[in-house]
Amino acid sequence: MKKTLIIIAAMAACFGADAQGKYFTRDGHIKFFSSTPIEDIEADNHKVTVVLDEATGKLEFAAVIKSFEFEKALMQEHFNENYMESKTYPKATFKGEVKDFADQSFDSDTEVLAVGQLSMHGVTNDVEIPGTIKKGSEGYTLTSKFMVKPEDYKIEIPNTVRDKIAKEVEVTVDCNLAPLKK
Amino acid sequence: MRYLLSLLIVCGAFLSYAQDEDSLLDLLGDDEPTQDFVTAGFKTTRIINGHSFEINAHGVLDFKISHRFGYVNGGLSEMFGLDAANIRIGLDYGVTPWLNVGVGRTNVGKFYDGFVKARILRQQTGKKNIPVHLLFVSDLAITSLSTERMLADLGLTGIYDEFPIYNRLFYTHQIILGRKFSEGLSAQLMPTLVHRNFVSNSTVSNDVFALGVGARAKLTKRVALNAEYYYVLPDQLDHTQNFRNSLSIGFDIETGGHVFQLHFTNSRGMVENAFITETRGDWLAGDFSFGFNVSRVFTVYRPK
Repeated sequence: MKKTLIIIAAMAACFGADAQGKYFTRDGHIKFFSSTPIEDIEADNHKVTVVLDEATGKLEFAAVIKSFEFEKALMQEHFNENYMESKTYPKATFKGEVKDFADQSFDSDTEVLAVGQLSMHGVTNDVEIPGTIKKGSEGYTLTSKFMVKPEDYKIEIPNTVRDKIAKEVEVTVDCNLAPLKK
Repeated sequence: MRYLLSLLIVCGAFLSYAQDEDSLLDLLGDDEPTQDFVTAGFKTTRIINGHSFEINAHGVLDFKISHRFGYVNGGLSEMFGLDAANIRIGLDYGVTPWLNVGVGRTNVGKFYDGFVKARILRQQTGKKNIPVHLLFVSDLAITSLSTERMLADLGLTGIYDEFPIYNRLFYTHQIILGRKFSEGLSAQLMPTLVHRNFVSNSTVSNDVFALGVGARAKLTKRVALNAEYYYVLPDQLDHTQNFRNSLSIGFDIETGGHVFQLHFTNSRGMVENAFITETRGDWLAGDFSFGFNVSRVFTVYRPK
């Protein structure tokens, strides 16, 4: 009898590992901000898809380029047509993992490092992005602020407007993830 | 029996950890289909003389300067036309996301004109598929030339006791049907009706029907080649005046907030009734002018 119990307990332990879940959102927020003495450019995307897997620490983001909203309609048009060429490259993605995810508890704002690949405009680069993760009763809160260089992603900026766009653009991320139920 | 149980446990362990290596994002399934509006079929709201199927967004003010020099066959003494200058200054404004209005004044013909331009169909893919842009443009022009000048231009020499103001009015109604075929190619058709309240004699129609065609080929991200032609249906205009169809070809160059349009055209006028029904230039005789349009947009109102 004891042996059977132990065996059943062992099997339960194996399957019970699934209790560590996946968290997601389709309304994540990413904002980018470029500041120069001539002009400030900023845009917000409120429809970013994010998935986090607690079991492995894997973290993925996907943002549709056309969903970045600008104050000026013409700026949004130029952003899509001339700079990001969003017809050809409709999405920007990050695929990677949170370093040492399993070793940390996220009861309060915990600083982490996300390591992986950032792809946009057809170019993929290895990146390490610092951020903050907190786990609350309803799910996870992720925030981050980091710099991106347009030239690293072959985004061409003509000489006539070179001084209007910063060489490093500030990207801000904040999103709340809820459990993913299959 | 014991071995079988151990085997089962081990299998169970592997099963629960055999998560797929695929992207996590795939677990979410497909995004909901969204509306994908086709944008930037032309770089601005005019092709060369006439309207394109693009309009200004809600709250956007577009300052338009249209400039035409004299005919190139004026030769060196006229600096190939550069010595003469004709100008239209105008302001277009996006009143709603689908309605533009505009006003302008032209020195050729001393026209004051105002128009409304409404978008009926917007080319899009995704949730709804609409393959074309469909717009309606209506322009009213009034000439402030002196009565004598106006009659002389029409080839009339009589004296009129009364020349009511409504003789000075010109109405243009136009449907624009167009499509952005690809990043590189856009084209549109413009069936047009120009109504002139006053014409020189009874053999000339007050109503003139024309069919315009316009196209653009995008050469680089910021430079495009445009062409525009208005064909006036036969037996409507005064045949003694040798009017011709308006044909124009030019380049669009776009910088941050400006679009510069550099072109050659055989039309002197810059209002629809003028360039569609009163073009006299013969391309083959060198009766064409160099000209440019400058378009500068300002965002004056940000819709919530």
